[in-house]
Amino acid sequence: MFDLDRWHEIFITISRNKLRSFLTAFGVFWGIFMLIVLIGGGNGLGNLISGQVEGITTNSCYIWNGRTSEAYKGFRKGRWWTVSNRDIEIIKAKVKGIEEISPLVLPWTPAQDNAVRGEKKGTFSVQGTYPNFNKVYTHKMKFGRYLNDIDLQEHRKVCVIGSRVYEALFNRGEDPSGKDIRVDGVYYKVIGVGDGNEDMSFNGDPRETISIPFTVMQQLYNYGENVDMFAIMAKPNFAVSELQEQIETILKANHDIAPYDKQAINSFNVEARFQQIGSLLFGVNILAWIVGFGTLFAGIIGVSNIMMVTVRERTQEIGIRRALGAKPSSIMTQIMSESFIITAIAGFLGISFAVLILQMVDLGLDVSGSGATVFQISFITSVVAAFIIIILGTLAGLGPAFRAMKIKPIEALSEE
Amino acid sequence: MPTIIKLENINKTYYNGSPLHVLKGIDLEIHEGEFVSIMGASGSGKSTLLNILGILDNYDTGEYYLNNVLIKNLSETRAAYFRNKLIGFVFQSFNLISFKNALENVALPLYYQKTGRKTRNKIALEYLDRLGLKEWAYHMPNELSGGQKQRVAIARALISKPQIILADEPTGALDSKTSVEVLDLLKKVNETGMTMIIVTHESGIANQTNKIIRLKDGIIESIDDNSEHNFSSFGFQNIK
Repeated sequence: MFDLDRWHEIFITISRNKLRSFLTAFGVFWGIFMLIVLIGGGNGLGNLISGQVEGITTNSCYIWNGRTSEAYKGFRKGRWWTVSNRDIEIIKAKVKGIEEISPLVLPWTPAQDNAVRGEKKGTFSVQGTYPNFNKVYTHKMKFGRYLNDIDLQEHRKVCVIGSRVYEALFNRGEDPSGKDIRVDGVYYKVIGVGDGNEDMSFNGDPRETISIPFTVMQQLYNYGENVDMFAIMAKPNFAVSELQEQIETILKANHDIAPYDKQAINSFNVEARFQQIGSLLFGVNILAWIVGFGTLFAGIIGVSNIMMVTVRERTQEIGIRRALGAKPSSIMTQIMSESFIITAIAGFLGISFAVLILQMVDLGLDVSGSGATVFQISFITSVVAAFIIIILGTLAGLGPAFRAMKIKPIEALSEE
Repeated sequence: MPTIIKLENINKTYYNGSPLHVLKGIDLEIHEGEFVSIMGASGSGKSTLLNILGILDNYDTGEYYLNNVLIKNLSETRAAYFRNKLIGFVFQSFNLISFKNALENVALPLYYQKTGRKTRNKIALEYLDRLGLKEWAYHMPNELSGGQKQRVAIARALISKPQIILADEPTGALDSKTSVEVLDLLKKVNETGMTMIIVTHESGIANQTNKIIRLKDGIIESIDDNSEHNFSSFGFQNIK
């Protein structure tokens, strides 16, 4: 039952010592604020990272050549070697568990203003890829399509351009499909525009990359049989690192590299890196919870402590009330309600303020206006937080309430 | 007049360090409408007796009937109920709640009877008016004089229409002029038929009452009828 008188009493006692009530409440406010902000921060970090690696297939691995670090079979150390088309064929034939193997040609530095269309031009990296690279690294398409097998078989001079390439070479809203652009002196027909906003990739930003058929690139850029890098994607139930070991053994045998040479072959295991990121995020989240809960608990203990002091200070008053006929239970509910009110008000304000801050961070980050939540906590999380506050607030009042209940009227009245 | 308080062989021992036998078998009967004072030196057990009468403290052996109800081994909740319903307290140090105004202090017992706010404030104002404190109803205790505070406390004791009023040195903190006023007030209350028990060590105060109970070392030394109010400050009854 809603008892106006009781709330009036509570309001009076809380407002009697405003500064103390405020400071106590601030402890709780800060505690829940920190907890929510830290949880939001942890989530946001995870969301940001997964946003950056969006499109990268996790069970994949990239392998490229390096310099030998051991002399072997009459070869000196420090020798350069190169992956060739033949290696790819052998690997495809010998290693089981490879879903896709996709060789890449990636010249390191593009020439100044290498991409031209009429008056417009820009400097963009060029890469030769196979259609199946789209499986290892999913490209979202804004216009058109990705490269296909026929493009490669027929050595078509076609290209897929990144979104920034499109912005540089085309008018806004213009359909680029079928239009020609000149890249490094050769004309290519644009067949698609990527829509990726991924920040993580292996040869510069995919938004600033022009992809052409692998076979075309190998010929036009005088690669012969050479491959700069290749990506593999494991079949389900195959560990990438195991496949990687087998591949490295094959490559070492083919190129007379010492089996114990650790530096001759470069690789990037996405799976392993993802696990690292995953455990890092897990650690960050655990830390967020520990620190957040620690702060919150400190606040709650503060409430409990202050209520203890209040009970002690109000011993005489409680004694008078008891002499006038207050039941122990009514004294107890009074103390608990006070603790509850302080905690609940401060806690709900803390939650609201934290949500507001996270929302502002999200709004600040969200330049594209998509309304995506990056740092904001879920509604469920906030409801759980509110419940935690209610429970902790009640618990905080429990100790002081029991102490108040034990006050005997005569002891209180004789204490003057 | 029917008996309102009946004590049979009440014993009370405190166990703080060495046991202290404070009340050593008190037998007492007080009738409805009596005006009684309990006298005794400090340590005689008079405060303990008052606490037991007020159900603020319990006793070890014996039996205490208040309004024909045996008051023994009550739960705190039950004790609170009886205190609220049957007993009005007046203390030496007034024991008003400092952050509540006179009206709210007076209304407090009714709050614990779950009387609505408007009703209890109305009743409280009536009682304050009766004690000549209507203008002071919304003043805080620290704005009142000692006599006014005690009158507020008396109003608070009366508001729940109790069976008995227990006053512990009600004039102890007041000057002599105010003491007389307060005592006159208590007398008037008694004249309405309210049983009144005053604990005091001042013979002058005791002499205003109709019956004087003297306590010494935990036993009742004497019970004197004082309806003539001719009791001298030396402890003798004047010879007519």
